[in-house]
Amino acid sequence: MKFLVCISNVPDTTTKITFTPDNKEFNKAGVQFVINPWDEYALTRAIELKEAQGSGTVTVLNVGEADTEPNIRKALAIGADDAIRVNAAPKDAYFVAEQIAAIAKEGAYDVILMGKESIDYNGFQVHGMVGEMLGIPTVAPAMKLDMSANTATLEREIEGGKEIVEVNTPFVASCQQPMCEPRIPNMRGIMTARTKPLKVVEPVGEGARTSVAEYALPPKKQGVKLIPAESAGELIKLLRNEAKVI
Amino acid sequence: MSVLVVVECDGGEVKKSSLEVASYGSQVAQMLGTTATAVAVGEATEANLAKLGEQGISKVLYDAEPRLKDFVNGAYTKLIAAAAEKESAQVIVLANSNIGAAVGSRLSVRLKASLATNVVELPKNDGGSFTVKRGAFSGKAFADVVLSGDRKILAVKKNSIEALHEAGKTATVESFSASLSDADFADAPKQVVMQDQAGGVLLPEADRVVSGGRGMKGPENWHLIEDLAKALGAATACSKPVSDVDWRPHHEHVGQTGITVSPNLYIACGISGAIQHLAGVNSSKVIVVINKDPEAPFFKAADYGIVGDVFEVLPKLTQAVKELN
Repeated sequence: MKFLVCISNVPDTTTKITFTPDNKEFNKAGVQFVINPWDEYALTRAIELKEAQGSGTVTVLNVGEADTEPNIRKALAIGADDAIRVNAAPKDAYFVAEQIAAIAKEGAYDVILMGKESIDYNGFQVHGMVGEMLGIPTVAPAMKLDMSANTATLEREIEGGKEIVEVNTPFVASCQQPMCEPRIPNMRGIMTARTKPLKVVEPVGEGARTSVAEYALPPKKQGVKLIPAESAGELIKLLRNEAKVI
Repeated sequence: MSVLVVVECDGGEVKKSSLEVASYGSQVAQMLGTTATAVAVGEATEANLAKLGEQGISKVLYDAEPRLKDFVNGAYTKLIAAAAEKESAQVIVLANSNIGAAVGSRLSVRLKASLATNVVELPKNDGGSFTVKRGAFSGKAFADVVLSGDRKILAVKKNSIEALHEAGKTATVESFSASLSDADFADAPKQVVMQDQAGGVLLPEADRVVSGGRGMKGPENWHLIEDLAKALGAATACSKPVSDVDWRPHHEHVGQTGITVSPNLYIACGISGAIQHLAGVNSSKVIVVINKDPEAPFFKAADYGIVGDVFEVLPKLTQAVKELN
């Protein structure tokens, strides 16, 4: 079975977000980039399923410029077999979906996995776009994925519960916890990752449909109003009479 | 030309987030000088759909096919696309829910529409293109996104827009068939399992949330959180370390890699306020922090705070709410 796992390169979760002085772009200075945490579920689960089947391949795909290669190598060190980088800055979800769909089609992958969303842009769109472009089912967001021959059984999160869904390959799923315990690379993985193939291809398609005009930070809080612990009940009165939220 | 609103229903009722979406859609329609039509998905009653008139909806399309009761991506996408074609909809508005995101992204490709999710404000119409504010960086920032093209799809974040309410206005309910075939139901769920919700309030839909962290010391103390949540009619939630050690289920984990919430009231008990947790909650209208450590970073993001022991403070709060009611 051929797995295609799409990863994005995002600021580390502890990053304090700032923008360039014109507010048009994210300020990358001094920021560490990591594999999108949601994508780690997709990557690890693909590797686990390949190992359980005893055959198959896991290919990692990233749409990004050369500076994303350390994280692509990290994915190879975790256990992916090979990697493809589409040489372009990701413009929007549609642009990224076009790249994934083109590569998925060409490589005839059976299972296309990715994280639920990226923690920087939070689009939660790419999975459905890829599914529609390829005319195959999408399951999003998936909390569990098991495979038996060409049939997958997934648990899909719904508000207040879950659905058990069965689909045949090929399909797309976006992943989230508690699908698996994401792996960290070991020394042997790091050594072998250096020699695994990483192919660079140029982007295709019509291009982006949206653009960001400006970024902004949320308004600053006024400051906390402290209530002494002995008279905690006063808080409830304030929430009703002053904040008017209860 | 019109605005099409996708309304999610459950157990015959229109979901609260869909009342907001309907209100949003009718305001966009007004801006464009047109009318807003809704297409209902899930299990609905005609009487409840007619009440969408109170949110400014003039007409509701409803396909009573029983297999549409639960979410089926293929069938929902086809149904909504057919409704959009019938109404010549230029703008489609849906909830930024798991259903909205799953269907919206497929629809954007099928209908050649530009799409914005996580939308928190009404759009600005700039000679055909829309500029709309959306949450980004997991709640740590906002982005003004420009949507071009003739068709636009907007997925509206919960609790970010006030639901309109014009008592007594009704919408006409029209039966609608998208001529769905068995193939459209290929990805239908085999089984739907609902979780037990403390007090019956769903976390993603909740107006009020009471959340606990490691300061609660163990799952055996969660009744303190549940008691306050029950008194307030709130949902319960937790921080990542708590769900990681299985004190609470994953679906209650709020934060950057969990559920992002934006209730009117978020009460954090024994949570220090790591940047990843703040990212998931800082669009809440009012934040209350209870922590015995006065240096806890969460106090900087809070509107109200109590420096004290959660085990002493929580029962007092529950008592005070009961006295108020």
